[in-house]
Amino acid sequence: MEDFVGPLTIFILSGFVGFQVITRVSPLLHTPLMSATNAISAISVVGAIVTAGSQYNTVSTILGVIAVASAMTNVVGGFVITDRMLKMFRKEQKRD
Amino acid sequence: MDQHLLQWAYLFAAILFIFGLKGLSSPRTARRGMFLAAIGMFIAVVGTLFDREIVGFQGIIIGMIIGSAVGLGIAVWTPMTAMPQRTALSHAFGALAVTLVGVSEYYRHGAGLSAVTMGAIGFEVFLGALTVTGSLIAFGKLQELMSGSPVTYPGQNVSNIALLAAMAGLLVSLIVSPGMSVLFYLLVALALVFGVLLVLPIGAADMPVVIALLNSYAGLAASVSGFVIHNNILIIAGALDGASGFILSILMCRAMNRSITNVLFGAFGVAATSVASADEVYGGKVKSATAEEIAMLFDAARRVVIVPGYGMAVSQAQHAVRDLAHMLEERGITVEFAVHPVAGRMPGHMNVLLAEANIPYEKIKEMDEINPTFTQVDVAIVIGANDVVNPVARTDPKSPIAGMPILDVDKARTVVVVKRSLSPGFAGIPNPLFAAGNTLMFFHDGRKAILELIGALKAA
Repeated sequence: MEDFVGPLTIFILSGFVGFQVITRVSPLLHTPLMSATNAISAISVVGAIVTAGSQYNTVSTILGVIAVASAMTNVVGGFVITDRMLKMFRKEQKRD
Repeated sequence: MDQHLLQWAYLFAAILFIFGLKGLSSPRTARRGMFLAAIGMFIAVVGTLFDREIVGFQGIIIGMIIGSAVGLGIAVWTPMTAMPQRTALSHAFGALAVTLVGVSEYYRHGAGLSAVTMGAIGFEVFLGALTVTGSLIAFGKLQELMSGSPVTYPGQNVSNIALLAAMAGLLVSLIVSPGMSVLFYLLVALALVFGVLLVLPIGAADMPVVIALLNSYAGLAASVSGFVIHNNILIIAGALDGASGFILSILMCRAMNRSITNVLFGAFGVAATSVASADEVYGGKVKSATAEEIAMLFDAARRVVIVPGYGMAVSQAQHAVRDLAHMLEERGITVEFAVHPVAGRMPGHMNVLLAEANIPYEKIKEMDEINPTFTQVDVAIVIGANDVVNPVARTDPKSPIAGMPILDVDKARTVVVVKRSLSPGFAGIPNPLFAAGNTLMFFHDGRKAILELIGALKAA
């Protein structure tokens, strides 16, 4: 069980950090928040990379390559679209 | 790369992720924050490429090129009105990656898995697979590839619970004897079916809750996958994503005064027992106005509040709304925007559309902030919103939306409602606001209505 309690500790503490940080996010930015957390959790690409590159067997490699492609879609897509949205939120400017 | 060095890189990336999310507390710091998070991602990915276990790069490169191209294409070409669909689709992609890694781990180790790891893999593919199909159904409903109305049948909840129990049984059997691969693939298949069944009965207007919930599941699945492959950054990032989705779904439910179980299993709007019929509420009391008549209201107005709803997104009216706001401001009128938390199809949907139309964010007010001030509003313009401004929520405890917090537009001196017809909103009930003495109905498509109003103001 030892190798379970360690990761569980990290999980629970990260959950608390997440709760604290997310409750402070401005409701104005809830849509970008979703694409941002989506991009961040696409860190699962690192697991996919190891699966695709370790070449244990053909099936694992193929599944890994598909996993890399779909996670990478969120990495690139998530960060780009979040920035595209955030760029639009601007303060009042003096108009003439 | 040294495996220890890689762990340091992951830790650094995790810290940058948290700073990134922290930046989202204000629009001023948000872009910088997300830039930090992107650097964290870059460090983690590049570091992983040096992992000792990796022996071939061909597959990785192919996957990365395809994924980057697809992701970039979606990110650049998705219109802001289609953001809910894009989000649903991205949950499907994320969950697919996690599920495939889980399946691959099982395929590789099979019978040799420890009980803890088997349990984690089982949980990972269960959450991942249901999120894949659930998100695809949500995407289909939002993209209008399929009907947005709830699909219900007798015994729905009972059969869903039976399915859930069957999957729990499979998971327990696998933990006891991990070598039974048939059970594993059956679990994956049932979870895929379960995802479909979970989202089918949920109507399009409840999508803000469902998207947030799927967001949470996708994050949790990623986190569990970190338990399986012993990777801390996956646990951390997944937990952050899971917490975010969970908080958003709670906020959305609260904004509708409903519980999560009610949203998921209630099939809202199907058996809505309408207390008052449309004829009773509207009969002869609805006043319709022309653009010219409405334009005259602004002659004496000093404060105008615009309330956007999903109808504004559908008719792409946000740019016309901005032009109208500018025009009113040039006459010295204060113009603000009031956004209900569940307006639109995902959390924050309206804010993004208003920002796209270059409306400064200081003018966008949340419900709690603007509600006490509606009595001092001369004209409230409601564009394509219905249930979120229905005063019945306050007055009739038997109504299906009883107790739902609403925008108190009915307290404004005059209310202008832009709407194509008197058809009910998602809750399926008539809205007495439309028949109120201080309400003028402007029956028209959202964008065309605003353009006509602008024309009338110019002519006056």
